[in-house]
Amino acid sequence: MTPQQQELRQTRNPVAVDIVGLNKWYGSFHVLRDVDLRIARGERIVIAGPSGSGKSTLLRCINRLEDWQEGSVVVDGVELTDDLKKIEDVRREVGMVFQQFNLFPHLTVMQNCTLAPIWVRHMPRKAAEDLARHYLERVQIPEQAGKYPSQLSGGQQQRVAIARALCMQPKIMLFDEPTSALDPEMIKEVLDTMVMLAEDGMTMAVVTHEMGFARQVANRVALMDAGQIIEMSEPARFFENPQHERTKLFLSQILR
Amino acid sequence: MNSIDNTMTEGNGSQLRFVRRAMVPERARPLAVDVIGAIWRRLFGGVFNTMLTLVSAFILVALVWPTFRFMIWDAVWDGASRVDCLEETLKRPVGACWPFVQAKFGQFIYGFYPEAERWRPNLVFLIGALLLAPLLVPGAPLKRINALLFFVVFPIVSFFLLVGGRFGLVHVETRVWGGLLITLVISFTGIVASMPLGILLALGRRSPLPAVRVVSVAIIEFWRGVPLITVLFFATYMLPFFLPPHWNVDALLRVLIGVTLFSGAYLAEVIRGGLQAIPRGQFEAAAAMGMGYWKVMGLIIMPQALKYVIPGLVNSFIALFKDTTLVLIVSIFDLLGQVRTSFSDPNWATPVTLFTGFAFAGIIYFVISFAMSRYALAMERRLSTDHRAT
Ligand SMILES: Nc1ncnc2c1ncn2[C@@H]1O[C@H](COP(=O)(O)OP(=O)(O)OP(=O)(O)O)[C@@H](O)[C@H]1O
Ligand SMILES: [Mg+2]
Repeated sequence: MTPQQQELRQTRNPVAVDIVGLNKWYGSFHVLRDVDLRIARGERIVIAGPSGSGKSTLLRCINRLEDWQEGSVVVDGVELTDDLKKIEDVRREVGMVFQQFNLFPHLTVMQNCTLAPIWVRHMPRKAAEDLARHYLERVQIPEQAGKYPSQLSGGQQQRVAIARALCMQPKIMLFDEPTSALDPEMIKEVLDTMVMLAEDGMTMAVVTHEMGFARQVANRVALMDAGQIIEMSEPARFFENPQHERTKLFLSQILR
Repeated sequence: MNSIDNTMTEGNGSQLRFVRRAMVPERARPLAVDVIGAIWRRLFGGVFNTMLTLVSAFILVALVWPTFRFMIWDAVWDGASRVDCLEETLKRPVGACWPFVQAKFGQFIYGFYPEAERWRPNLVFLIGALLLAPLLVPGAPLKRINALLFFVVFPIVSFFLLVGGRFGLVHVETRVWGGLLITLVISFTGIVASMPLGILLALGRRSPLPAVRVVSVAIIEFWRGVPLITVLFFATYMLPFFLPPHWNVDALLRVLIGVTLFSGAYLAEVIRGGLQAIPRGQFEAAAAMGMGYWKVMGLIIMPQALKYVIPGLVNSFIALFKDTTLVLIVSIFDLLGQVRTSFSDPNWATPVTLFTGFAFAGIIYFVISFAMSRYALAMERRLSTDHRAT
C-alpha cells in the first residue's frame, strides 16, 4: 500500500454505506423495491422482517454478492459497478458473516483466519498468524486454532467465522442471521461477541430476529416487508411506539 | 442397579411420572466376546449363508489352486531355451516358463532401446522412484520442492536423458523405445499433463463467460465422443497430411498429445462432478473476503472438489494406464506389445509361452494399478477433515 492509499484508507468517510433507489428483480419477481438506506460510520443497523422479504438480498447487495438492475450502492465512497477491481476493493473492507457459517472445511481454524490476509492483503504469514491469534482470543476460542471446523460446536464455528472476517480488518461488518442456525445455548455466546464488536465502534448491518440484541446495540432498527423498508427508527421508538400497522403486527408476532 | 428402584411409578403399572433419584455412572463398553462364534454364525448361520460360504469356497479353490500350480508348483524356474520348458523333456506337467521371461526381460522393459544406453532409462526410473517415494509419504518434509521436482523438473530431465542428442548423449529415436518404458512414459505424461487440462476444462464448463463455456463444452464433448483408437490413428496417420510438410512432429509426441487431450476431457467431467458438490456458500464466503476468481478456485474450491473426486480420478488414471496398450495399433510397442512380439521367437515357442508372457504382463499391470488404488484410498482417508466417518 502506498502512503496515499494508506491515507485514503484512514480518512474518515462519514457515510459508510449509501444505498439509493435500489431495485432488483429475480426474473420477473421484484425482490427489492425502491430501497434507500444510509449507514453512517460507526452506526449499527438491525434489519428485521418476515421470511422472504428481501433482507438477505439487500445485505448481499452491499458487497455485491448480488447485482441489481436499478439504483446505486456506494460503500465507503466507492460506487459498486461491474468493475471487478472495485468490487474486490470494497469486499476487502466489508466483512460478512453467514447464517451457515461457511467456514472452509479443508482448512484449520488458523488457516481459515489467515488465508485472506495472506492472499488478498499480502500480509506475511507470521503477521497474519499473530493477527488471527489476536482475534481468536477476542472471540474467546484461542485454544481451537489447530482444529478443523467440523470439530467445533455451531457457536464456536460462528465465532471463528466472525474472527475470520475480522482478520481482514474490515471497516464494515455484515451479519446475515448469524444465530438462526444455532441452538439456544450457543446463541448467547455469538451475540456476546457481536456486542463486543459494537462496543468497539464497528459499523454493522445485522439481519436478525434477536430483538434483545437490537435493543441493546442498534442505533436504528429497520423492518422490511415485500422488498421494501417499511419503518426505520431508533430502538426505543421502534419497539415502544411503532407507527406502521405492519410493524405492530410483526412485533406482536415476534415478541409475544 | 435396577433403575426401577430409582423411579416412582404411578397409575396402573405404566410410568406416568418419572423422577430420577440417582444418575447412572459411566462404564466401559463391554468387550466383544466370542469372536470365533461370531465368525461361525456369519459363515454358517442359516441355509442361505451356508450355501454362499460353500459356493465361495468352491470358487476360491477352483481359481486359486490352478493358478498356484501354473505359476509356482509346476513352473520351470531355470533353463536356456524352449527345450527346458517342454513336457517331453521334463516328463511332467509344465506350468509357467519363467526362463522365457528372464531371456526377454530386457526387451519387455526397454523395447529396442540400445543395450549400451539402457543406463539412461534406468537412471530415469531411479530418479523417478527417489522423487516419488518421499512424495507419497505423508509426513515427509519439503513437499512443495519435492512436488516441483517430480512434476516439472523430472519430466524435463527425463526427456533429455531418454531422447539424448545433447550433452554428449547419443540420440535415441523414440521409434526404438518400447516395453514398460513406453507404458510408463505414456501413462505418466498422460496423467500429469491431463490433470491441469481437465481442471481448466471443468472450470471452463462452469464459467460465467458464455464463450469460454461453449469452447470448453465443445472440446470435452469432442474428445469424449471419439474412441481412443480413432484418436491414435488420426494422430499417427492423418495428422501429417494436415500439418505443413516441414513440421516433423515426432510420432510418440503426437500420441502423447492425443492421449492427453482424450484423458483431459474425461478428467474434466470427473472434476466437474466434484465442483458441483461444493456448496455455494463456499464461493460466497471466499469472494466476500475480496478473493478474485483464481484465488477462490485455487485455494478454496479446487482443493475440496478434487478431494471429493479422488476415487473417480484414480479410476480414470488406472483406465488410462491400461489403455496405453492401445498404442500397439499405431506400431508403438508398449509392455504388452513387446510381450506379444516375443511370442514369435522360435527359440521359445512352447505351448506355455503365451500364458507365461501374459501372466507376466498381467502381474505388472495389476501391481501398478493396485498400488495406485490403495494409495488413493489412503490419501482419501488422510485428507478427510470432515471427521464424521472414521
Ligand atoms: N437466486 C434466487 N432466485 C430467485 N429467487 C430468489 C433467489 N434468492 C432469493 N429469492 C427470492 O427472493 C425473496 C427474498 O429472498 P431473501 O433471501 O432476501 O429473503 P430474506 O428476507 O432473507 O428471508 P429469510 O428470512 O428466509 O432469510 C424470496 O422470496 C426468495 O424466494
Ligand atoms: Mg435471509
